[in-house]
Amino acid sequence: MPDILETHGLVKRYGERSAVSDLSFSIGEGEIFSLLGPNGAGKTTTISMLSTLIAPSGGDATIAGHSIIRDAQAVRRAIGVVPQEIALYDDLTARENLVFWGQMQGLSGSRLRQRIEAVLAQIGLADRAGQRVKTYSGGMKRRVNIGVGLLHEPRLLFMDEPTVGIDPQSRRAILDTVKDLNRQGMTVLYTTHYMEEAAELSHRIGIVDHGRMIALGTLDALTRAHGEGESLRLRVGDDQNGPALAQAIGRLPGAHGAASLDGEVTAMVTSASDILPGVIAAASAAGIRIRNIDIQEPNLEAVFLRLTGRALRD
Amino acid sequence: MLKILQIALKDLRLAFRDRSALILMLAAPLALTIGLGIVTGRFSGGGNTSGVSDIPVAVLNQDDGQLGSSLVTLLGGSQLGGLLKPITPTTVAEARALVDADKVAAAIIIPPGFSRGILPSGPDGALDAPVTIELRNSPGRPLGASIAQSVVEEFINRVDAIRASEDVTVRRLIGAGLLQPADAEAYAHGIAQRASTTSAVTVRVTSADAKPLAPFDPLAVLAPGMALLFLMYAVTRGAATVLGERTAGTLQRILVSPTSVFQALSGKMLGIFFIAVSQLTLLIVGCGLLFQLRWGDPLAVAALIATTALAATGWGALLAAIARTPAQAGSAGTALMLAFGVLGGNFGSNVPLPSALSALGAITPNRWGMNGFEQLAAGGNLTGIGTNLAALCLMAVVTLGIATLVFRRTSTTR
Ligand SMILES: Nc1ncnc2c1ncn2[C@@H]1O[C@H](COP(=O)(O)OP(=O)(O)OP(=O)(O)O)[C@@H](O)[C@H]1O
Ligand SMILES: [Mg+2]
Repeated sequence: MPDILETHGLVKRYGERSAVSDLSFSIGEGEIFSLLGPNGAGKTTTISMLSTLIAPSGGDATIAGHSIIRDAQAVRRAIGVVPQEIALYDDLTARENLVFWGQMQGLSGSRLRQRIEAVLAQIGLADRAGQRVKTYSGGMKRRVNIGVGLLHEPRLLFMDEPTVGIDPQSRRAILDTVKDLNRQGMTVLYTTHYMEEAAELSHRIGIVDHGRMIALGTLDALTRAHGEGESLRLRVGDDQNGPALAQAIGRLPGAHGAASLDGEVTAMVTSASDILPGVIAAASAAGIRIRNIDIQEPNLEAVFLRLTGRALRD
Repeated sequence: MLKILQIALKDLRLAFRDRSALILMLAAPLALTIGLGIVTGRFSGGGNTSGVSDIPVAVLNQDDGQLGSSLVTLLGGSQLGGLLKPITPTTVAEARALVDADKVAAAIIIPPGFSRGILPSGPDGALDAPVTIELRNSPGRPLGASIAQSVVEEFINRVDAIRASEDVTVRRLIGAGLLQPADAEAYAHGIAQRASTTSAVTVRVTSADAKPLAPFDPLAVLAPGMALLFLMYAVTRGAATVLGERTAGTLQRILVSPTSVFQALSGKMLGIFFIAVSQLTLLIVGCGLLFQLRWGDPLAVAALIATTALAATGWGALLAAIARTPAQAGSAGTALMLAFGVLGGNFGSNVPLPSALSALGAITPNRWGMNGFEQLAAGGNLTGIGTNLAALCLMAVVTLGIATLVFRRTSTTR
């Protein structure tokens, strides 16, 4: 697969802090590549640099052979962007929005009309296209937001957390759309902090934290390399002392790491059945009530926990 | 170029979709024009139901004949329903001084020999030389002055109408209350001798600053005043949308398409200009039709609308370049709108300004636009408002130039 995108040591600094540090990766034509990382990891900053919106403080990247620094216009013609925050005109209808954004992409006439109908069908909004966007639900707005990025059939589509804050049904529809587009040949750079989405969609996944790429590979390769063993998920409830339990579990033999987040303790262990008695004993010794126990095959969450010692927000 | 136009048309459409913007851009100036029109009595047909009454006028009667006292009676009498409130100075100098001190709206000075200039006197029925009534206006009270003027003119029209007609009869003169029966015989004799169609009396209108006064309709000043006041609302709202698009992320979305920063900002500015032109045109044409105002030469009006809108757009651009947030642009815009309205004289001459502030009005599109509309309504033409057009164009060049520099600096330091 020829690479449609290559980054070389991309850096973005804001004052003293680095939002993105020394980021190097490539995406092959036809791939779905996910950047998986928690809030503030630098996903949006990366996409903003790659889409020529902000200038890198260091490094460079090429998209379809064009430098994002020296040849921004050529890069813009090759890419489509679905921003994290919905960027539409609320007082225009969906169709009017699509007309305007199509014009900004240089589309006109019958080609523009034809693309608008195709996109409306794709996002399932053909019947509501004449209504103002402000009358739409969050999920519908998200779908129009995605549709705008598809109008000009870009070779490379950036999607920045396109499923944040919507109902499960719309989320399902969006994930299916992404897979559909990819089957039709579109390359997608997808960012998310949901490991299930990254796992379901991606050919390859880059895990980012604090602006750095800490692991990169296929789902299998990542879980094999970093997620040996099983992962244990314990629901304790917000009123219980999760961090204390995580600490206690981390000290048990056979545990590779444990972290607590939002009333849930996640632990990477060699064997769940071997360690469970010790976990329960530790919990009752600390006076913590466990409400639910879940044993999972190695997964991305375990990988993240293993690499950072922290849980990935889910 | 096409993209600039597409962005501008999108903004024009959005402005006309925004209900609160429409209220402030069109409904508010129209309502205020009507409201102020009612207050100044513009809509009160005849009679005196308008609330305008007791307009102070100085009446000096130096005539010893019948007509002089008839005019005095008319000015102060019940026929006018208390519209005017005459006071009686004793000398011409005193009468003029009252106007100059703005104590009265007008001074009506009836010259000696007024009656004899019109009505023959004595057994020979001879007429004296034609006479002139002096009507001195206070420019500070255009409405009162124009009412006094129209009353005097009406009186003279009545005298002339009777005098000039072939079959004038003494009875008609008496019936019109202009002649006492005792004088009738002499008058009849004289009129036969001299059936002239020229008026024997003229009104010489002067104003305190010696300019002739055009027939005055308060709406001809109120309507453009309010339109220009809210024109600044329209452009500052436009400025706020530049920053609003940054907050909403739509500006960024435009910039990740094959569209340059220059195109995006030019499109936004052209959009403000389109909105400004549409608003001014709708208000000026609308008020013209609604209140039957005549704005004068349509070409000159169009040129004035375009240049005023352009200069206002320049100020909007400057605001967009300097403000940091949409809220900042909004509140600064409101302040700018009101300040320019006062400095530009959009609230009418009821709000007098200290001269230093009055000079500052020259930096506002409001002042030049206002003055242009007044000139055109008073019969001026394109060359007459040449200075206004030039000043507005210069203002646009300067403001847009500075805005471009600021935009360029901020967009390279992002
Ligand atoms: N304009 C800016 N000025 C200063 N700091 C910034 C700016 N933009 C981003 N940052 C910082 O850079 C870091 C990375 O932010 P970024 O938005 O790229 O994260 P993200 O991975 O997209 O997070 P999220 O999942 O919340 O969207 C954060 O710490 C953020 O506070
Ligand atoms: Mg983000």
